[in-house]
Amino acid sequence: MSDTPIRILIAKPGLDGHDRGAKVLARGLRDEGFEVIYTGLRQTPEMIADAAEQEDVDVVGLSILSGAHMALLPRTVQLLRERGMADVLVAAGGIIPDADVVKLKDAGVAEIFGPGTSIGEIARYFREHVSRGA
Amino acid sequence: MPDAVGELASGERRPLARLLTRIENGDPAIRALLPALFAAGRGAHLVGITGPPGSSKSTLVNGLIGEWRRRGRRVGVLAVDPSSPYTRGAILGDRIRMMEHAADRDVFMRSMASRGELGGLAATTWIAAAAMDAAGFDPILVETVGAGQSEVEVARLAETTVVVEVPEMGDEVQAIKAGLLEVADIVVVNKGDRPGADRAARQLRAMLSTAGGRVQRKPPPVMLATATTGDGVTELTDAVDAHRAAAREPIAARDRAEHQVRRALADAAAEHARTRPDWDEIVAAVADRGLDPLTAAERLMGR
Repeated sequence: MSDTPIRILIAKPGLDGHDRGAKVLARGLRDEGFEVIYTGLRQTPEMIADAAEQEDVDVVGLSILSGAHMALLPRTVQLLRERGMADVLVAAGGIIPDADVVKLKDAGVAEIFGPGTSIGEIARYFREHVSRGA
Repeated sequence: MPDAVGELASGERRPLARLLTRIENGDPAIRALLPALFAAGRGAHLVGITGPPGSSKSTLVNGLIGEWRRRGRRVGVLAVDPSSPYTRGAILGDRIRMMEHAADRDVFMRSMASRGELGGLAATTWIAAAAMDAAGFDPILVETVGAGQSEVEVARLAETTVVVEVPEMGDEVQAIKAGLLEVADIVVVNKGDRPGADRAARQLRAMLSTAGGRVQRKPPPVMLATATTGDGVTELTDAVDAHRAAAREPIAARDRAEHQVRRALADAAAEHARTRPDWDEIVAAVADRGLDPLTAAERLMGR
């Protein structure tokens, strides 16, 4: 079963106006052999956690550009933990200042991918860090 | 492992979600759970939704979920999208249209990648549906990958098959071709607010109503709906509910059962054959054209 595709939920929390970048990432990860559940724009942390729970994903990838990351990302991590999904890898992509990166990692966000990160690098990171617990 | 089937009765999402993953991944322990899983089933109405890509199946499913929730039902959804034949990756995008129900504890929606199956479903969709049944969801909607003309596998699983068409589906010859439309219990012309929708529905009705000869099925009702506005969704829900009794007639139930057993038989035989010591040798003989595939299969089934 170790060769089953990694399942990742890609969501855009908050009020970002477009999701071109998230779609490019979704497509890129598809080509890397991932099963990508795409949920679209304007998601609340609750909607994301509910979807992640039903889909039993290995990774939740959050794309955020609006500046509201300090509110939305720790809240999503917290909700996943409350639902018994502490082992799900939460990663974020977008424009996030260095000072916030440290705080977000303290809050349980595993990794933050800034602009210019290649999809290959992102895929490699997920392959190396996903825990496929029983 | 703890009692994976018993846990489903709790109504919690997590045990069902985990079990669905194990089912999808072909966890060998699932085989032993199957009898208990089917025994725990409550006889949910299994409803297939199929139709070409872009016919707004997911938006229609979203409307149906809302309608059944208003009727006090707990709704399960299995939405299948295609896996890449090259990378095995997939984009599972059906949830986008259904996010308004994400927080509702009485709706469970799961995306499945087809993982190499060509009939419009995944190989494990039938087991996933049984798990949702055991967890108390009824109806269970199975949305296929965008289907062409012959992805009819869903009709062999679902009790009620809804085929979704769009006004631009084509001329009358499309309506009399064998395949997808033939397995419809209900036909919906979606995007009913577009020009030509009434005409398409009339054509379909005329062409489908002339079925005769060896066909014993009643012609399916042809309905109009507009998923984006919700027009026609109440009527469609009524029609699906009304079809349940017909779907449970012994002849229909036997037909579905026979297909499922044949399918399981093929899977079980293939699984068995692959463990034989002469598997590689026989496959190689077929590759070298020294053996035809049917003779090879007979040898692999022999002792």
